[in-house]
Order: sequence, then structure tokens, then C-alpha cells
Amino acid sequence: MGRALAVIIWLLTVGSVGLFFVKKWWFPTAISEHAPALDSQFLLTIIVVGLSFTAAQVGLGWMVWKYRDRGQSDRAMYTHGSNRLEVVWTIVTAVIFIGLAVMGQSVWASLRFNEAPAGAFKVEVVAQQFQWNFHYAGTDGVLGRTHPTLIDDSALNFIGIDEADPSAKDDAVHSVIAIPAGRPVELTLRSKDVIHNFWVPQLRFKQDLVPGMAIRVHFTANTPGKYELACAELCGQLHFKMRSFMLVLPTDEHTALMGLPQDQFQTRMTELLAKYKLPTAY
Amino acid sequence: MSGETHETHGAVHRHEPPTSFIRKYIFSLDHKVIGIQYIILALVAVLVGMTMSVLMRMNLSWPGTNWPILGTLFPGGAPDGMMTPEFYLSLVTMHGTIMVFFVLTTAPQGGFGNYFLPIQIGAEDMAFPVLNMLSFWVTFVGFVVILAAIFFSGAESTVGPIGGWTGYAPLSALPNSGPGQGMGMNLWIISIAIFCVGSLLGALNFITTLLNMRAPGMSLMRMPLTCWAWFTTAVLALLSFPVLLGGGVLLLLDRTAGTSFFIPGGLYIGGELSGASANFPIHTGGSPILWQHLFWFFGHPEVYIAILPGMGATSHILSTFARKPVFGYRAMVFAIFAIGLLGFFVWGHHMFISGMSPYSAMTFSILTLSIGVPSAVKTFNWLGTLWGARIRFTTPMLFAIGFVSLFVAGGITGLVLGQSSLDLPMHDTYFVTAHFHLVMGVASIFGMFAATYFWFPKMFGRMMSERLGRIHFWITFVGVYCIFVPMHTMGIVGMPRRFAQFTEYEFLATLHPLVVFVSIAAIATVFAQILFYFNLVWSIFKGEKSGANPWEATTLEWITPSPPPHDNFAGVIPTVYRGPYEFAVPGAPNDFIMQTEPEPGTVPATEGAGNGHNGHRH
Amino acid sequence: MATTATGTRSTSRKEAQVSGGPKPPGPNGRGPGENGWRQKGEGNQRRKFSPAAYRIAMWVLLAAIVMMFAALSSAYIVLSGGEEWASIAVPRMFFWSTSAIVVSSATFEVARRYLKDGRQRQYAQWLAVTLLFGLTFLVTQLMAWRELRAQGIYLASNPHSSFFYLFTGVHGAHVLGGIIALLFLVVRSRNTYELGTPRSQASASVVSLYWHVMDAVWIWLLLLLLVWR
Repeated sequence: MGRALAVIIWLLTVGSVGLFFVKKWWFPTAISEHAPALDSQFLLTIIVVGLSFTAAQVGLGWMVWKYRDRGQSDRAMYTHGSNRLEVVWTIVTAVIFIGLAVMGQSVWASLRFNEAPAGAFKVEVVAQQFQWNFHYAGTDGVLGRTHPTLIDDSALNFIGIDEADPSAKDDAVHSVIAIPAGRPVELTLRSKDVIHNFWVPQLRFKQDLVPGMAIRVHFTANTPGKYELACAELCGQLHFKMRSFMLVLPTDEHTALMGLPQDQFQTRMTELLAKYKLPTAY
Repeated sequence: MSGETHETHGAVHRHEPPTSFIRKYIFSLDHKVIGIQYIILALVAVLVGMTMSVLMRMNLSWPGTNWPILGTLFPGGAPDGMMTPEFYLSLVTMHGTIMVFFVLTTAPQGGFGNYFLPIQIGAEDMAFPVLNMLSFWVTFVGFVVILAAIFFSGAESTVGPIGGWTGYAPLSALPNSGPGQGMGMNLWIISIAIFCVGSLLGALNFITTLLNMRAPGMSLMRMPLTCWAWFTTAVLALLSFPVLLGGGVLLLLDRTAGTSFFIPGGLYIGGELSGASANFPIHTGGSPILWQHLFWFFGHPEVYIAILPGMGATSHILSTFARKPVFGYRAMVFAIFAIGLLGFFVWGHHMFISGMSPYSAMTFSILTLSIGVPSAVKTFNWLGTLWGARIRFTTPMLFAIGFVSLFVAGGITGLVLGQSSLDLPMHDTYFVTAHFHLVMGVASIFGMFAATYFWFPKMFGRMMSERLGRIHFWITFVGVYCIFVPMHTMGIVGMPRRFAQFTEYEFLATLHPLVVFVSIAAIATVFAQILFYFNLVWSIFKGEKSGANPWEATTLEWITPSPPPHDNFAGVIPTVYRGPYEFAVPGAPNDFIMQTEPEPGTVPATEGAGNGHNGHRH
Repeated sequence: MATTATGTRSTSRKEAQVSGGPKPPGPNGRGPGENGWRQKGEGNQRRKFSPAAYRIAMWVLLAAIVMMFAALSSAYIVLSGGEEWASIAVPRMFFWSTSAIVVSSATFEVARRYLKDGRQRQYAQWLAVTLLFGLTFLVTQLMAWRELRAQGIYLASNPHSSFFYLFTGVHGAHVLGGIIALLFLVVRSRNTYELGTPRSQASASVVSLYWHVMDAVWIWLLLLLLVWR
């Protein structure tokens, strides 16, 4: 029985580690500036995880194999432990675990401790149940005022843009986010109803959109293309369908798009969405 | 710890047990009957929860398939045999709620804790038997209310509210935010509030009993590790459930009285602005994140409430069948306390991307990874206990070893999730689902399986079938690895939790074979549990007679007959002379020495440091 | 560590007891029979009353209650920092209610002093006075609600008013529990035979402990409502 259990534990260990090792199912190729640092931190962590996991399981299996009751006449070892060992493994694990936590902070700090760099492209994101609205500032680069009382679904004014505001004149709202490649992007995240979450796997980026709050976050996407955008916080019945796209466009294409008047903006977006294809390999 | 005393030996005289059926089995004051009642409650609840998980897996793996049986059973939720998304999401909510509250909190603590804590410390009952009875029946009412939410969810197509077990506001706070947010959500909140009250009464009893009713000689450092685990769990419950209760009251007021604790102003839902009509009153000034703080301040300790008793049982059982004292008893006690204490300061790691301050996220991240230290210490000590052992592979031992394996497998990925930066891609993906199911769900349940197989002879006077138990172990052990390890890789790809279908996203298509594999493994594992239920029922009537101490164990529950008499020790309060795990003592006649054995050989005349005496003042 | 097999071996049960094992009954001045364990000759009655158990249980219960008020208080503090926060005027009735509960704490202590001295009549009288002040507190709290309603301030008016009703309501419910316990003490205080037993001493002491903590909780909540707005 002991040997069978040991073998099963080892087989499960090999299988589990193997699943991570072959990387058949892994992160999609990253496109954001912070992603390489994040991916390497992930890799480092998963190696520590894998080694600790393997060591513990191999050790467990070995104990189970070696110290099974084989009808020996002598008794088990009589010991109540070793303070020296306790101190050693407490310190070793503390150093490794807390060290990992501290190392992980640099990516976090670069994303969250600082304001977006000057010159960042600004988009306001207004989520609502099962639909994304991206509010573009237009040529003047200033987002028009919005107010919830002005929301009018029949007029397609989903986010309540105040038409009286001069800076709102050239604003555009679309369900797809188009951002420039290689330039910092600052999102202002809001929600009209419940909590949603802005999640693009290739960005390695996620942030809740909380009603009553305007959360500002920033990142830089480097690789042009079309990517799927998902809601990753349970928001109700059709949560699983709250999907849209993120278009990362070369700078000139993006600048041209943002300069377009509203009606042409919509057409051009449709063209761009058809032009770019989703990544085929993940 | 306490200066409370119990100076006297018990004299030989007995309580007469009650004779009427109702006082004996229904409204019993006997902690053993109440413990079994809790276990039965958990056994029923886990059936409901498992059935729901099977339904969920069916929906995820074979989208668009027509299941005629579903259409018949749930004409509203699965018209034409195909599940609606809201039906799926209500299953998610109810599965989580029932499993966390009515299985993982009731069985380890209310069930086994109630039954064995008094016996293991040599008490004849809990400190407040009436309160104990009340805490069970309050919990039972909570369970009835959550079941009522299945039938009166307020929408034809759901079997409960939609919110996950976390019930994030304002989705949960606004009755008009979708199907399933009606009466079902009210019942959900009320059920949890009732459950909080029941747990608090239980915790009160546990703490008082342990501090005040230990038998003579049972110093704190002579208690079995199970008692330490139950005690710490009770303290966690005592300090965390009131916070959830408070939060629940606020949420219910938001839903029914029009207050705005969790609802900010200016919301616009379903074509209607807040305040525009009577069924969407005007709200202002609330904070959705406040709910998350209150919930997770409870929610994180709750994870430890679920698993600490399993850790205690595992230490206890490993030592018994390794025929060796627990390695590092004192370190184990400190680790339990460290886990419990740190558990109160890490709730923020559930909220890294919620919009809270990035600086507090950093603090929470570092505190979270430091919780890995006492967890690792426990693992090392378990391995140390097995080192140089003479392991007897009984079914409880298999499950205890399985617990260690699964605790490592599930816990270690906390190193990933505890880092705020890595939470950016991982948050709310199946990586999280895999992590907490393995560690809080499956590992805890393995602890309870071990406890069941171990203590069943004491509870019913008969052994469970070893053969069935072993088959049950092998299938379940391999099964849970097959279910939950692949879920990690799904999470790495980016598969979000709480999706009713994965068909909408192209980047998830590649995962379909894994999803199906997991579902098949899950369904097989669930069906293997029939063996366990059968074994339980069969063994109560047909199991081999066990005698008082079938496992040759050392603690107080094994000195009394199986099942124990009404007042546990037939009127004699036992006297304790030594630590709980005296196995393989050199020179002793047997390889185990009961805690009550006063013979020479192990009672030290001098008090060496660390010997565990005087942890308690007499 | 658990007990280890070191040191001199003792050969009799008596020695074992001396050396850190069980001790003979009642070595610490506490009478046997007070401690929760049955004594010889007590027959089949249930375990005797244990004042220690009551005291521990009350502290534990209060820890839970204080945690809940701490949760509600932190909710208050969080929301009071919000942009949509609007504060309301504190009802003047709170002056009277606060005075009532503070005085009731004092009268409770006076009553307990008489209990210790074994003066049953005075004990009963002062308990009744305490009960009266407790009821006054509840009534004045209700009048404070009426005062607010008269101003058109309701539970759902704004977060500050919600907390007014919430704090007073939840706290009032706890005080009501205290009043029921007090009522119980008052009824028992008429029984001379009971007086002076450990049970009556302990009941009075745990109820008074509860009462004082509820008093303190109210003052804390009032300070929050007054100062942190």
C-alpha cells in the first residue's frame, strides 16, 4: 500500500508539473510594455512553486515508501522534533516567500504608483451591463462633460454626453477601444450600474470598473493588432457575452482615426475591425 | 492562557440520559448527538452542492446540448433542456454558498469539533449545552432558508440569486439589476445572517468549554492538536462572523429600505435612472468597495475556518498511524496561531484590482506571502512526523496523507496569487478557482474524510469498511488532481470564472479539450462519493465491532467505550498525565501510552523547558 | 513539545500529582463546588454552576458584539469620506438618552455593591432604578427617532441619517437584550435565598459587564456621529 501510494503521488506530481512544463496551454503572446517584466516574475514564481511542490510531493512519497510498516520488530523513532530544524525552515521559507513578494512589487509599482506619463492617450471607459462604451476626446483632446441624467438610450447617448459642452462636439463613443501602439494610454474607468472588469489577456492587465468611482489606470501596448476584451467581474445574466475588442493601431493610423468627424469615425472603425485579425496562435 | 481552574477529580456518578426520542435525537443537549446532527446536515448539504457542480460542468463542457432530464426538472431554468445563463450563474452562487457555509464550516467545526472537543479535553459536555443545541438549530434554519432561495428565487429561470458566494454589491444590492436579484437574494442574505448567529453561538461555546472545562492535568500544551485547531477556528469565527453579519444587515437595508451603504449615486440600470421610479429609489453616497472590505474581512478568515480543523485532524491522524509523536508539537501550535492571526490582515489580496489604494495592495501582498511561512512549517512538520515512522496504511491515514499532498498542491499557488502584480493576469480566472478549490475545498474535505474514517468507530462502535474506503480514496485522490490541476492552466490562458459559456471568445477555444477532461473527471469523482455514503450507512449496521480503541491511539476519546456513554466518561472525569502523542516511547510495554496512564516511565518529576507542563496553572 | 520521558521516574500516583500532574482538590482557595465539577455526594444533578464559564462566555460574547460595531463604525468612517456625504444635525434628545445610560451604569454598580454586602433590599431597589434608567434610555432613543422624523429625516434620506438610525437601532436592540437580563435579575433579587450564592453574584457581574460595555459602545457611536461627520 505504501509503495502504491508513493508511486501515485509521484505520478500525479509528474503529471501536474508536466502540464505546466509543456506550456501547451499558456499565456497568449504579450503586447504591453510591462508584460515582459510581469511574465518573468511569473516564470520565476512558478519555478519556485514548481520546485517546492515537487520537493514536498517527492519527499512525501519517499516517507510513505520508506517508512511503511513492514512488520519490523523495532518501534518508530521517538522524537518530538528539533528546534534547530524549525528555525531553519522558518527562516528559509520566510526569505523565499517574502523575497518573492518584494520582487513582485516592481511591476506593480511601475503601473500603479505613478500617474500616467504626460502625453498619454486618454480614453474614458464607461461600462454598463453587457456593453462597453469607449469615450474618445476627438481632435481637441478634451473629453466632453457627461452626466447620468443625460443618458438617453434611444438617442444612442449611452454615457450621457452633455451636448451643450463645446469640448463634447468632436467626441466619439464606440464599443471598441482603439489605442495607439507604443504610446502610453490612460483609461478613466467608470461604470453605470454594477462592477465590471476591463480584461485583455494579451495586455496582462485587469482593472475593476466600479460605479461611483472614476479609476485612472495606464499602460502601454506595443504590438498593433486586434485583441479580445472581456469583462472579468460577474456583472449579471449575460456577463459571459460582455465582449468587445481592443484595436492597437500604428501611430499614424490611430492619429488619422482620431481626427475623423463622428460619422466617418464609425465607418473607419468598422473598416479597421475588418482589417485586423485576432491572433491565431495563442 | 487562563487562570480558570478545575481542581477536582470527578467522582463516580452518572447523568441519566434522556429517554424520550425527541430529547434524545432531535432537541438533544448532548454534544455528541449535536455533532452528528451537524455532520448529517453537512452530508445533505454537500449532496446539493455536488449535484450543482455536476450541472455546471455539464453546461460548460457540452454547450448547446439538449439534456431532456434538465428540461423536465427545471422547465424554467433549462427550457428545451438547455440551461439559461442565469440558471448557471445561480448554480454558481448556490454551490459556493452551500459548500462554504453549510459544508466546510459545519462539518469540521460544528460536527467533529462538537463531538470530539469535549471528549478530548476530558469534559462531560460543552459548557452550555442549551446554547449548543440552539446553535445547531439556528444553523439548520439557515440551511432551510438557503434551500428556500432555490424555490423562491423570484425568477422562473434561476435556482437562487446571481452573485457568486461573494455577493458583490451593487449587483447584489439592486433588485432591478437582473434576473435572480429578487427574493432569492434577500433569502440568501437572511440565510447567511442566520448562519452567522449560529456560528457565533457555537464559537462562544467552544472557547468557554476549552478554557474552562479541561480535565485535571490537561494543560493547554497537552491538548491534542485537533483541540488547538478547533479553538483557533472558534476564535476566527468569533471575530469574523460579526463583521459579515454587520455587512449583511447593511446589504439587506440597501435592498429593502432604500438606504445607500453600498450604492453610489447616479446609477443607470435597465433604461432607468436611480430615483426615476418607485422600484428604483434614489441612492446616494454608498461605496461598492465597502462591501468587499466587510465581506473579505470575514471571507479570508473563513478560508482558515474551513481548513484549520482539517489540519488538526491530519496532524492527529498522521501521528497515530505513523506510531510516532507529532514532530514539533509546539511549532505546530504556533503555526496554527500564526495562520489564524495573519488571516485577519490579508483580506485585501482579494481586492488588488478592485480600485483600492495600490499602496495598501503592496502591504497586503507582503503579508499574504508571509502566511505561506507557517503553512510551510506545518508541512515540514507533517513530513517530520512521517520521518522514521512505522506507517500503518489505514483509510484515515491515506486521507491524511492525501490532505498533506493536496494542501501543498493547492496552497503553493498562493505564491502566485498573493503577488499584486501577478494578480493582474490571474485575478478572477480559473487559476483562482483551482487554487481555492484545492486548498480550501478539497484539502479540507480530505481532512474530514480522514476524520470520518478515523472517528467513525468511536461514534458508532463499528469500523467502516476498509476495502470500500480504499477504493474511495484512490478514485477521489486521483480524481481531484485531474479536476483541479488543469484548471490552473486554463487560468494561465486567461479563462475567466463565472462565465456561463466559453463559446463567445476565440482565445478560449483552445481550452475546450481541457474543459471536457475536467468535467469527466469531476463527474467520475462525484459518483465515487456514492461509495462513501454507502460505506457510512452500511457500516453503522453491519460494520465490524470496534471496541474502545481500535487504532491503538492515545488521546482521551479512546479510553471511553464506543460509542461513549451519555456523559462521555461514565461519571469519572479522567486525569491526564502526559502529552497527547506518546507513541513509540522507548522502554514502554506498548508502542503507545494513553494520556491517562500514570505508570512510571513518562511522568517527569522535574519540569524541563518545553515539556508542556504548566501551560496551565492549577 | 509534548511530555518527554526525561527526569526522575515517579512511582506512585501521588508523586505524579505533585510533579505537575493533577493536583488535589481546591488548592487555590476557591471552594470545591464553585468550579464546575461535581463533588462526591451530589448525586445525579447536572454539573454545578461555574462562574468562570459565565465570565469567559460574556467576554467572548462581548468581543463578537464589539467586532460587529467596529465593522459598522469602519463602514461609517469610510462612507463619511465620500463626496456625496451630507451630515445632519444630531437630535438633542441624545443628551438625555446618553445621560440616562451613563447614570444607569453607575446605579448598577451601586446595586452590585449592596449585593456584595448582602443587603438584599437595597440591591433590589437599585437594580430597579437601573432598569428604569435603561428603559428611559430606550424611550429617549425612540424619541430621538421621532425628532428626526419630524424634521423629515428618514432612514434612507442620506448615508449620515442611515447611520443614525442604524447605530441607534442595532445598539438599542442590544440594550433591549440587556434590559431583559436586568429584568431577570430584578425578579431574582426578590428571592432572599438566592442572594449571596455564586450564581446570583456571577449573574449580576456578567450582566453589569454587558451593560457597561453597551454604555461604552453608545458613547463611542455618539462620538462618531457627532465628531466624525
